[in-house]
Amino acid sequence: MSQAYIYDAVRTPRSKGKASGTLNEVKPVRLAAGLLEALQERHDLDTAKVEDVILGCVAPLMDQGSCIAKAAVMSAGWDESVPGVQLDRFCGSGLEAVNIAAAKVGSGQQDLIVAGGLESMSRVPLGSSGGPMLFDPEFVIENKSAPQGIGADLIATIDGYSREDVDAFAVESHRRAAHARDNGWFDGSVVPVRDEVGLVIQQRDDFIKPGTDMQKLGALKPSFAQMGGFGFDDMALAKYPEVQAINHVHTPGNSSGIVDGASAVMIGSEQAGKDLGMEPRGRIVASTVIATDPVIMLAGPGPAARKCLEKAGLTAGGIDIWEINEAFASVAMRYMKDLGINHEITNVNGGAIAMGHPLGATGGVLVSTVLDELERRDAKRAMVSLCIGGGMGISTLIERV
Amino acid sequence: MGEFTYEKDADSIVTVTMNMDGPVNAMSAEFRPLYADMVNRLEAEEGLKGVILTSGKDTFFAGGDLKRLVAVEPDQVQDLFDEVEAIKADMRRLEKLPIPVVAAINGAALGGGYELCLASNYRIAADNPKTKIGLPEVTLGLLPGCGGVVRLTWLLGLESAMPFLLEGKQLAPAAALKAGLVHEVVEADALLARAREWILSVQGDAAAAKQPWDTKGYRIPGGGSNAPKLAPRIAGASAMLFQKTRGLLPAPTRILDVMVEAGKLDLDTALRYESRQFCALVVSPEAKNMISTFFFGLGQVNGGASRPKDIPRSKVSKLGILGAGMMGQGIAYSAAMAGIEVVLKDMTQEAADRGKAYTEKLLAKRVQRGRMDEAKAAQVLGRIKASADMEDLRGCDMIIEAVFEKIDVKDKVIAETEAYLAENGVWGSNTSTLPITRLGSKAQNPKNFVGLHFFSPVDKMPLLEIIAGEETSDETLARAFDFAQQIRKTPIIVGDKAGFYTSRTIGTKIIEAVQLVAEGHDPVRVDNLSRLIGMPTGMLSLLDEVQIKLVTDIYRTQVEMGLLDPAEEQNPEARAMLADMLDNHDRHGRATGKGFYDYSDSGKTIWPGLSKWRRDDARISDREIQDRILFRPVLESLRCLEDGVLRSVADGNIGSIMGIGAPVHTGGYIQYVNTYGLDRFIARCEELAGTYGPRFKPPAILRKYATKGLLLH
Repeated sequence: MSQAYIYDAVRTPRSKGKASGTLNEVKPVRLAAGLLEALQERHDLDTAKVEDVILGCVAPLMDQGSCIAKAAVMSAGWDESVPGVQLDRFCGSGLEAVNIAAAKVGSGQQDLIVAGGLESMSRVPLGSSGGPMLFDPEFVIENKSAPQGIGADLIATIDGYSREDVDAFAVESHRRAAHARDNGWFDGSVVPVRDEVGLVIQQRDDFIKPGTDMQKLGALKPSFAQMGGFGFDDMALAKYPEVQAINHVHTPGNSSGIVDGASAVMIGSEQAGKDLGMEPRGRIVASTVIATDPVIMLAGPGPAARKCLEKAGLTAGGIDIWEINEAFASVAMRYMKDLGINHEITNVNGGAIAMGHPLGATGGVLVSTVLDELERRDAKRAMVSLCIGGGMGISTLIERV
Repeated sequence: MGEFTYEKDADSIVTVTMNMDGPVNAMSAEFRPLYADMVNRLEAEEGLKGVILTSGKDTFFAGGDLKRLVAVEPDQVQDLFDEVEAIKADMRRLEKLPIPVVAAINGAALGGGYELCLASNYRIAADNPKTKIGLPEVTLGLLPGCGGVVRLTWLLGLESAMPFLLEGKQLAPAAALKAGLVHEVVEADALLARAREWILSVQGDAAAAKQPWDTKGYRIPGGGSNAPKLAPRIAGASAMLFQKTRGLLPAPTRILDVMVEAGKLDLDTALRYESRQFCALVVSPEAKNMISTFFFGLGQVNGGASRPKDIPRSKVSKLGILGAGMMGQGIAYSAAMAGIEVVLKDMTQEAADRGKAYTEKLLAKRVQRGRMDEAKAAQVLGRIKASADMEDLRGCDMIIEAVFEKIDVKDKVIAETEAYLAENGVWGSNTSTLPITRLGSKAQNPKNFVGLHFFSPVDKMPLLEIIAGEETSDETLARAFDFAQQIRKTPIIVGDKAGFYTSRTIGTKIIEAVQLVAEGHDPVRVDNLSRLIGMPTGMLSLLDEVQIKLVTDIYRTQVEMGLLDPAEEQNPEARAMLADMLDNHDRHGRATGKGFYDYSDSGKTIWPGLSKWRRDDARISDREIQDRILFRPVLESLRCLEDGVLRSVADGNIGSIMGIGAPVHTGGYIQYVNTYGLDRFIARCEELAGTYGPRFKPPAILRKYATKGLLLH
């Protein structure tokens, strides 16, 4: 096996995934193409050397349909020899793209791949792709397939996280994200989104709410109590009969933000870097994807990270910083509990509660986030993990070189 | 031999009158060739102006051949599928004829009957108050397999079709017209004339001879299933269905599934999908259980299989009720609704009036909901005389005492009032556990003394458990049976052993749940898992509802009376736990807010004091918990059958479903064994008995049936 090196990792700023969001005017294909163009410019890249572009996208239809990755390659004006593929592993899509790229490079099948993802949630809303997990009554009832928010609240109930606990976690996420952004810690990787003539549409993340406090969050209504009452709570509790009732603690304030955004990570072999005159920023040590109980759905990241550590022959102590996608506060809290780590070294610059979770893009976003932070701290290793629908969990261990 | 009478009139309109063998038209083996011949003949006609399909019976058409369906084994599914597809192909041919086809619905059109109507262009119902229209298949664990799901969804739209398909809602003609199930309602004697008139009025109008789904550009009301605004409705409907069925009833799930698929596929493909789902349900244990009990079992019970033979039918005209408490007032309401003159007697006029006020309240509710008019309500209320005067009881042909459940209190009222009965009048004692033979022994006329165990709330609960004391005469039993039917209750007749049938049986599942907690298992888990087998409530919640105090008092009384031997108690730990909760911790039950749960306005939480019984090393699987709680009442029912407390399997099944919350999908506690498989059930009992004790030993009656390869019927 040869090594899979990370030569660069970039992302767009994130903005509210609604018509009122700054990025709503940007076509999804342009969100991704803008990052490809940036990679080309940053490295004066001969794009013909890129052997594939793998992009995660969870709602690959309408503006994001029909192999959006190849469309992005074309839109960026890359060489016609560059193929593209879109994949969907729900929220793990972006990291799955990175892991596949690493596996292909590591196995020697290919030498240079761009991996990442995109999601314009303002244009192709959550749930647009339908599918049996929510919209096929036979499947839903047989598999007790409750929506993810029910699982998030169930984790909080089982672990005993109160509304105050999850809100406090969210307040800290905003504080850290605002602090990092305002100190310019994200500037190396966040590529401004521009229009056709080069005018900046959005420079920096604008979803963060720095003034967030317990009082503001405490005023928000639980998001999943009503649907739980319709019968989804019963569905989940049929699998967890030891739980008396689900405590619905999650609100829009302590769950990941619905945003638009994209990410791109350039992964290549040692030789590819040499040929193109690029210095590696890090390497992918190990990666795993696993699945756990689909009903509680969001408990996969901890076990995924543990397996990833095993594959790398490391223990939790060998990781400097941890990045768990803040799909919901309880997911991050369960992850820390599972791995015996504390918030000090986890999501050190905030997470999706503050900045948003552009589904298919997030995995790539997190790779660029931890790489910047490892460099800033001059630390060595980071673990990136995400929870995924269907009970799956995904992890990637990154090391600076 | 039955026939479809085929008459072509001078206007070139063919009237087909279905007149099959037996009391009703049904989709029996006879049906298919008759229907196919009809379609063949119609297709061959030339210059035909229209077709009227009607019935020569009181009802239009009754539905499927349940006897045949309940017998279909998994290896016969291909035949069933082919058969259903063949019938549906003929229905399709009929609705595609370029001439208008009218269903002239002279009487009830349910299930397959209404499906025939749906495959007609126009549906006219006679305004017959007895006519019911709908698709009740779901109530028997089936789905309408002859196009009913697909066509109704296409006709009404996903949302509007739900109550008819998922709940089996049936409507009288006027309501059916409003809901869009029929096009017109006319006077009964004008039915055929109107059908003819309509056919003549649409001559030359090709659209009138076309089904909506065969019309170009037709859209399902509310849109197809992929319409974005339907997505949350579909997701929500799945959740609501789960909440209702706990995932235990496959029929509504498959119906919703076919409805959703029908909104994605073309009609012919959807019809084929529907046939497959129908076949899957026919061979499911749930459908077999539900058909066996809710159709055949109920028919047997209501048909009087347990009623002593050769005794003329009787009617109660004047009923005395002693005690105007919760039970007495409910019995008074049910009797008055059935047209019986009632004397509701209590110790004081005030108490009696309060009891009567209950009926007044229920009647007012009916009037308010438009289910009864003021005059009728006044008439019903007028039948109840609230009284504190013994003399008012004179001449009652039946007296039911519903006084406090204490033997000396009961003895006292019998001594005081039996003499007021009309000659040969019947004395009924409403008790859930006190021995009837013993109570009757104090009566002047023990032959006419019978146990009448009503269930609470009496006006809602459909069952009456009639207990035969040793002295109770057959005539008295028959009269009690007739009285039950007179007040529209379903009667079962049981023997006089401790707890009769229902109390004895419901007690076993409750005490087994307590036993699990006493063994150190998580009470929340035990309670929830018992709900998840299909019990209406969790067993510990149920015990809180009926009161730990009451159950323990009854137990202690039964021990005192020598009816139960504590040395033979199967669950001593559970009994000790209940005694401890009651005596040392003041845990009486829901009524005092303190039982297994603490109750407050914001809901219930498990009583923390239960941690005293928790054991961290207690390990047990979900399945083991559920089998223990479900098998106990099943085994008890079998023992009741064995020792003669139950006189028939049907009584046990109906009694357990209607009286003590047996899960619907089991078809009752005895039927459950039939589809579980007798041999398999015996083996599982042996396993449980090995681990948990002899209370799980399979009764001999099981082996007797199993060796003969028989089912319990």
